Amino acid sequence: MTYVIAGSCIKDDSCIEVCPVDCIHPKPGAYDFETVEQLYIDPDVCIDCDACVEACPVDAIFADFELPDKYQYALEVNAEFFLEHSTAERTAV
Amino acid sequence: MAITPPRVAIVGAGPAGAFAAACLLRSRGDAAIDLFERLPTPWGLLRGGVAPDHQEIKRLEDTFDQQTLRRGCRFFGNVNVGVDVSHSELMRHYTAVIYATGAQTDKSLGIPGEDLSGSWAASEFVAWYNGHPDYRELDFDLSAERAVVIGNGNVAADLARILTRSGSELERTDIADHALEALQRSRIKEVIMVGRRGPAQAAFTSSELRELGQLEGVDIQVDPDDLELDPVSRQWLTEEGGFTARKNVDFLREFSTRPLHPDARRRIQLRFLRSPVEIRGTDRVEAIDVRRNEIMRADDGSLRARPVDEEVETIECGIVLRSVGYRAVRLPGVPFDERYFVLPNNRGRVLAHDSETMPGVYAVGWIKRGPTGILGTNKRDAEETVSGLVEDLQAGVLRDPEAGREQIDALLAERKPAFVAAEGWRTIHAHELEHGRREQRPRVKLASHEDLLAVAQRPVLPALQT
Repeated sequence: MTYVIAGSCIKDDSCIEVCPVDCIHPKPGAYDFETVEQLYIDPDVCIDCDACVEACPVDAIFADFELPDKYQYALEVNAEFFLEHSTAERTAV
Repeated sequence: MAITPPRVAIVGAGPAGAFAAACLLRSRGDAAIDLFERLPTPWGLLRGGVAPDHQEIKRLEDTFDQQTLRRGCRFFGNVNVGVDVSHSELMRHYTAVIYATGAQTDKSLGIPGEDLSGSWAASEFVAWYNGHPDYRELDFDLSAERAVVIGNGNVAADLARILTRSGSELERTDIADHALEALQRSRIKEVIMVGRRGPAQAAFTSSELRELGQLEGVDIQVDPDDLELDPVSRQWLTEEGGFTARKNVDFLREFSTRPLHPDARRRIQLRFLRSPVEIRGTDRVEAIDVRRNEIMRADDGSLRARPVDEEVETIECGIVLRSVGYRAVRLPGVPFDERYFVLPNNRGRVLAHDSETMPGVYAVGWIKRGPTGILGTNKRDAEETVSGLVEDLQAGVLRDPEAGREQIDALLAERKPAFVAAEGWRTIHAHELEHGRREQRPRVKLASHEDLLAVAQRPVLPALQT
């Protein structure tokens, strides 16, 4: 499974601060951070710890199996975001 | 040099002010912060801007409350800095003052007819439906069948949704009662959204655009011809355009293939590459003239719209909502940059007219960077401003205020005895939620100054405490 960020994300970066595996992108300072409309979770890296769910001030993060109908689209969108630049590329120093 | 714990006034209790207060408390737990707010209620555009059908985002108010008022920040609502208390008075009572006043007015289109009755700024309509007490008396005439929204951003999308949602959808939100009543009587059948640039440059986020295409009983219409991208846009989209721009174009292509439903309640039509040139009507709005644009690459590399020819198309309509961006206004007693409509500043440190830093004066949010970004953008913005303030404290640049906490309390008691403190706001909050519970709505807003102030004076009933 994976956690998923819905379109109601406000780009508060609390989730990024608590993610133990750095799978939420883009991070502040990344080239596309200011232009993306929301943050995304890389389903290939997420370890299902739910720390981000606790941290999100607008409850925009869900476990994939608990994703409300109106946010079903987010599953595909989160994965799709990493097709262009993977977490591995984004975290390479 | 400041030696006692810093006393900081934040002017404006919107998201930027709240993020700044929270951030300051994280780095300086000893700071005593007072949040000044013109309205009796805190959280600015979170309450008065975010659309009522986006309730999930309004949950941010709990975080703001936890991280500011519950941590000892004082709230001085219904106090207008610059009128009730001056900038120099604040400077006398505080170690530092942070301006977080946002952008309170709209950019204008600069075309004839803009001031006709029935032509409104988006901010007026938004403030009206969100129960801002200064806007409740506005009278939006929704008796015509067609409305035109100028602009292609998320605020424009909010307007289109609110104009097309059914009464039963709206009555499940915290939309202001006066707006609910007017919208339930609305005869608008069609909302035309006009964008200056093309589909690839539309400023919507893709999640807002998706939502426009999912409204119940509302058709969405896009002319396939508008989606034929010009070579400049096509190249830009493949080489530079981001994830959102590509998703937007995909959505619009899908919208353009949808059939119209004869039983649809309402329709949203998206028009691109059109600039308004005149709003027409004798006493009130009867039509708007638009001209065709094409996309060109400007010298600075940005993609701009320029008119193709002089040919004008007339769209008949009864109301025009102009959603082309917000603009900040000059504040009494502090410098203002008339070109960029911000407080002149260097990473949040406010600069005097001679470009020297004004010690102890800071800016955050839209008054600092201009009206861009989303809610969370203010968090990083606040971190930058606050780190400057904390550095200045450590470097000994700031002085202890001449007057103490008791003196500002006494000054306010004299100048504005009806100020609303945190307890007063909690009474308003509990009252609105309780009223909402009874009507199975998230909240029923008090939308006049009299009602807000009357409820704020009542004692908090333990049963209503949240």
